[in-house]
Amino acid sequence: MGMTISEKILAAHAGKERVEPGEIVMVDVDVNLANELSAALAIDEFLKIKGADRIVRPEQAIFVPDHFTPAKDISTAKLVQRVRQFALDQRARWFEVGRAGIEHCVLPQHGIVGPGQVIIGGDSHTTTYGALGAFSTGVGSTDVAVAWAIGQTWLRVPPTVKVTYHGTLRPWVKGKDLILYTIGQMTVDGATYMAMEFHGETLRELPMAGRFTMANMSIEAGAKNGIFHVDDVTREYLASVGHTAYTEYWSDPDAEYVAEVDIDAGAIEPQIALPSLPENSRPVSEVGDISIDQVVIGTCTNGWIEDMREAAQVLQGHRVSSHVRCIIVPGSQEVQREMVREGLMQIFMDAECIVSTSTCGPCIGGHMGVLGEHERCVSTTNRNFVGRMGARSAEIFLANPAVAAASAIAGHIAGPEEIVSRDLVPV
Amino acid sequence: MDTLQGRVWKYGANINTDVIIPGRYCHITEPTELAKYCMADLDSTFVEKISRGDIIVAGGNFGCGSSREVAPLSIKASGIGAVVAPSFARIFYRNSINIGFPIFESAPAFEEIDEGDEVEITPSTGIIKDLTKGTEYQAAAFPEFLQAIIARGGLRGYAEEVLARRKATAFTP
Ligand code: SF4
Repeated sequence: MGMTISEKILAAHAGKERVEPGEIVMVDVDVNLANELSAALAIDEFLKIKGADRIVRPEQAIFVPDHFTPAKDISTAKLVQRVRQFALDQRARWFEVGRAGIEHCVLPQHGIVGPGQVIIGGDSHTTTYGALGAFSTGVGSTDVAVAWAIGQTWLRVPPTVKVTYHGTLRPWVKGKDLILYTIGQMTVDGATYMAMEFHGETLRELPMAGRFTMANMSIEAGAKNGIFHVDDVTREYLASVGHTAYTEYWSDPDAEYVAEVDIDAGAIEPQIALPSLPENSRPVSEVGDISIDQVVIGTCTNGWIEDMREAAQVLQGHRVSSHVRCIIVPGSQEVQREMVREGLMQIFMDAECIVSTSTCGPCIGGHMGVLGEHERCVSTTNRNFVGRMGARSAEIFLANPAVAAASAIAGHIAGPEEIVSRDLVPV
Repeated sequence: MDTLQGRVWKYGANINTDVIIPGRYCHITEPTELAKYCMADLDSTFVEKISRGDIIVAGGNFGCGSSREVAPLSIKASGIGAVVAPSFARIFYRNSINIGFPIFESAPAFEEIDEGDEVEITPSTGIIKDLTKGTEYQAAAFPEFLQAIIARGGLRGYAEEVLARRKATAFTP
């Protein structure tokens, strides 16, 4: 019996020939990520571990403050101070504001993550790096602390569900739509404890940005990890960020899957996930007239330069509706720099959007765009849970950047075709 | 671990970490402080009405959403003795084991136990008894490795053993 890519990576890191789904293995960790929130708790735990005083492999311990950064108040400032001091004392890698942004965009862009690695992070969307062919999963703070101390973590080998996409994507349909549609089919716990392995000819055309979005949101179907195989798109991306030494793993043709899902991607329209679960996805054209108060475009799910270009293409020459706040949140400083270079900042400002510094802020209801009672927001983030972006009564609709931009202009939920003249070729 | 006994508070499926401990409180790390906001966005009366040792019985995919370890921490600190659900989201599952907070997987227990019932759980066997109804349920067994972590009170004990072993076998000239 063959093995899947996830099984092969775990076996290699457990020093074993093969592993079976359900088996618990101790694996070597290549990259161990923490943000200021997960790090703060992890530090408390680390200091309690008898016999641990140094991080065993400090160059692999990455710290990215992003959730409440730049600090929103004194207590979050104190928290970040403590984490920074620890990271510096341990000679770990600390990404200061101005050199960083949101963790899941920062790590790929600095060439830290790549194919064949085992990556853990004190953040559930650590699944993002599966887009590069890594086994990458979110863990808790105690896991992060223990991996600092011993360089390893325990993982239950997940069974794998194979998701295959067929056909050519319609205009304005992106990775976000594929994953929202897939979660709609599989439900929010359809892949709990499982690896989601993405296949199909549709994906070969998908840029890295779309793949990152899909791997990012695999957790929203409950998955442990979402994983792609390396192809020329991946190799080119890795070369561009200077990540050159890596091992490519491939699922065997006779690998065993617990389930196989086939999706006719050519039939999918731009999607929108209604409140309050990501599984409530449906075509934008079917949701009817829903007025909105805020739009958020960006963050770790859709904060890549490709996403910014899509939003800009829709917003160019338009203005955001007079009763809507449109907040653009680039995924990183790197993305924001590129936005300036390409003139996207000008387009966004002329359209009367605001461009925020790269932070989790509004995504987690922290700062920079918290929703009030009964407000509605179209957001390119990944979760529309009750209270996620602010007041409990506020409602969040998840969409891709072009849909979010179109909705900002219309003042109600709208598809890009409603806004952009038809002769314009979509990016 | 001793027998757990308490009154049941019942909730539905897909209880996510954003309602267990909303993002606005996530910068808090002090357990007693965290306990004040436990379930804040699900049930604002939660903290006042529960007593130490009470048990949460909830629907499937309990604890889905973020990796925040403050979610099981806040429940533990609030005084809740255990959570019973048909399934747990995976990070919540591992966080609970890692911090030594008891969780039990049983679908029939969720279907049949009602709010207000008095329930007794024996962690070593996974037997859940509804004392009010006189019914009994068997929770799914934990894999051996996890039982060992649970027996040490969490993952920290395991890490300490690994470090001690490495130190003992380290080459000394
Ligand atoms: S942007 Fe949102 S989903 Fe992404 S890491 Fe930040 S809080 Fe998490």
